[in-house]
Amino acid sequence: MSASVRIPTPLRTLTKGVSEVNVDASTVRDMIDALEKEFPGARERLCEESGEIRRFVNVFVGDEDIRFLQGLDTPLPDGTQVSIIPAVAGG
Amino acid sequence: MGAVLGLRCRECSREYPAEPLHVCEFCFAPLEVVYDYDAIASQISHASIAAGPRSMWRFAPLLPGGENRVDLGAGMTPLVRAPRLGAELGLRDLWLKNDTANPTHSFKDRVVSVALTVAREFGYTTVACASTGNLANAVAAHAAAAGLEAYVFIPADLEAGKVVATAIYGPRLIAVKGTYDDVNRLCSEIAGEFEWAFVNVNIRPYYAEGSKSLAFEVVEQLGWQAPDHVVVPIASGSLLTKIRRGLDELVRVGLIDGHSTRISGAQATGCSPVAAAFKSGTDHIRPVKPQTIAKSLAIGNPADGYYAVKAARETGGAIDDVSDEEVVEGIRLLARTEGIFAETAGGVVIATLKRLCDAGVVHPEERTVALITGDGLKTIEAVASAAVPTMTIKPRLEEFAARVKEKE
Repeated sequence: MSASVRIPTPLRTLTKGVSEVNVDASTVRDMIDALEKEFPGARERLCEESGEIRRFVNVFVGDEDIRFLQGLDTPLPDGTQVSIIPAVAGG
Repeated sequence: MGAVLGLRCRECSREYPAEPLHVCEFCFAPLEVVYDYDAIASQISHASIAAGPRSMWRFAPLLPGGENRVDLGAGMTPLVRAPRLGAELGLRDLWLKNDTANPTHSFKDRVVSVALTVAREFGYTTVACASTGNLANAVAAHAAAAGLEAYVFIPADLEAGKVVATAIYGPRLIAVKGTYDDVNRLCSEIAGEFEWAFVNVNIRPYYAEGSKSLAFEVVEQLGWQAPDHVVVPIASGSLLTKIRRGLDELVRVGLIDGHSTRISGAQATGCSPVAAAFKSGTDHIRPVKPQTIAKSLAIGNPADGYYAVKAARETGGAIDDVSDEEVVEGIRLLARTEGIFAETAGGVVIATLKRLCDAGVVHPEERTVALITGDGLKTIEAVASAAVPTMTIKPRLEEFAARVKEKE
């Protein structure tokens, strides 16, 4: 299963400036493992020590925040677009 | 940049130079502006502030941005006593900070004046924002006055008044089919690709500082006394967090000796992730899909919600939420007792204040300040069916006299 992951600006130092990467993963958890393998250090940036996604990191599968889906267990159908986006305020 | 030393991560304390950055590159937590408070303390006094402009910029040493300001005159809005509303709620010392009196009729003029001043210093010629409406109005107006290009992104279902009061200033106004959270997400992605000053994305640490001026002004207008209790509307949670920071900074630079202000927050039940976290005793904010007439507060995934909960808890305040019916009743109550017509966010604040009074959270003797952050003319849809002529008559004295008698 392949998913296309959009990398946010603060993480592009790890990806050498690349803004979109393809990973083989069937869930969000797998995707983080795959990112860590390809870009060592990625997990520590995205996840708490407990393994949960950090408070200020939003992960979207398609158009939906994974907190409305199954969190780290959210499945990634083949060809899914995943976006990692830092939380931003507004109003 | 005034007395700004740089930026610091609110979670892991990593430091960054004063650049257009908004999240920590390591842990993605928000960055906050760091000042040289000793330098500020030596150049600010009650007298220097009194001699300053009648705008938020009288507090310039405590804000980012230099002398070349983008300034339509935001701030120094009236702080008025509210005896009639107080009597209805059982409060003996209630005050209203009337921020409808800003250039584009909401408190967002404060944050935008700072954001665009800083954006221009960074050399940007295009500014942008994601907005629930008030920010859109403020960005479009300030950009027009400063001759900056503006891209303004709004949810497509926004109130007509807010669309018109943005488009009239001539920005590129992009209506996005989705909620504010969808718009915000899109803008985060756009911000990564375009070299623009996104006021609530890459300029956010500076932008958010503008909200402190509300706290500064309230304290100055009360004769350099901090209030006992402040009630603040919550959308992203940034305003509430900055009210506390503003009060703390006044102590830090010696303008007041101390404060024990309780800070309470107000949400609409149809979008109340921060109130829900407060009430359930956690600091974990569960995002929601907003469903409320209070569109200016309809942020389902509030970035500063965590800090708002913390501020309310640590200051002894509370966060509560009210139904849309209570919001409308709050708008009407404020208007008929104090002559101030607030937008839905103001209705949320007044209705929540009522609830907190009934619950004994706000005490009758406390000097309480409610923040009225936006003008009712922006959201007339919310109250249009409840605010209609008493009667419609022919232009004849007899008919009027007869109908008035009937009414009595």
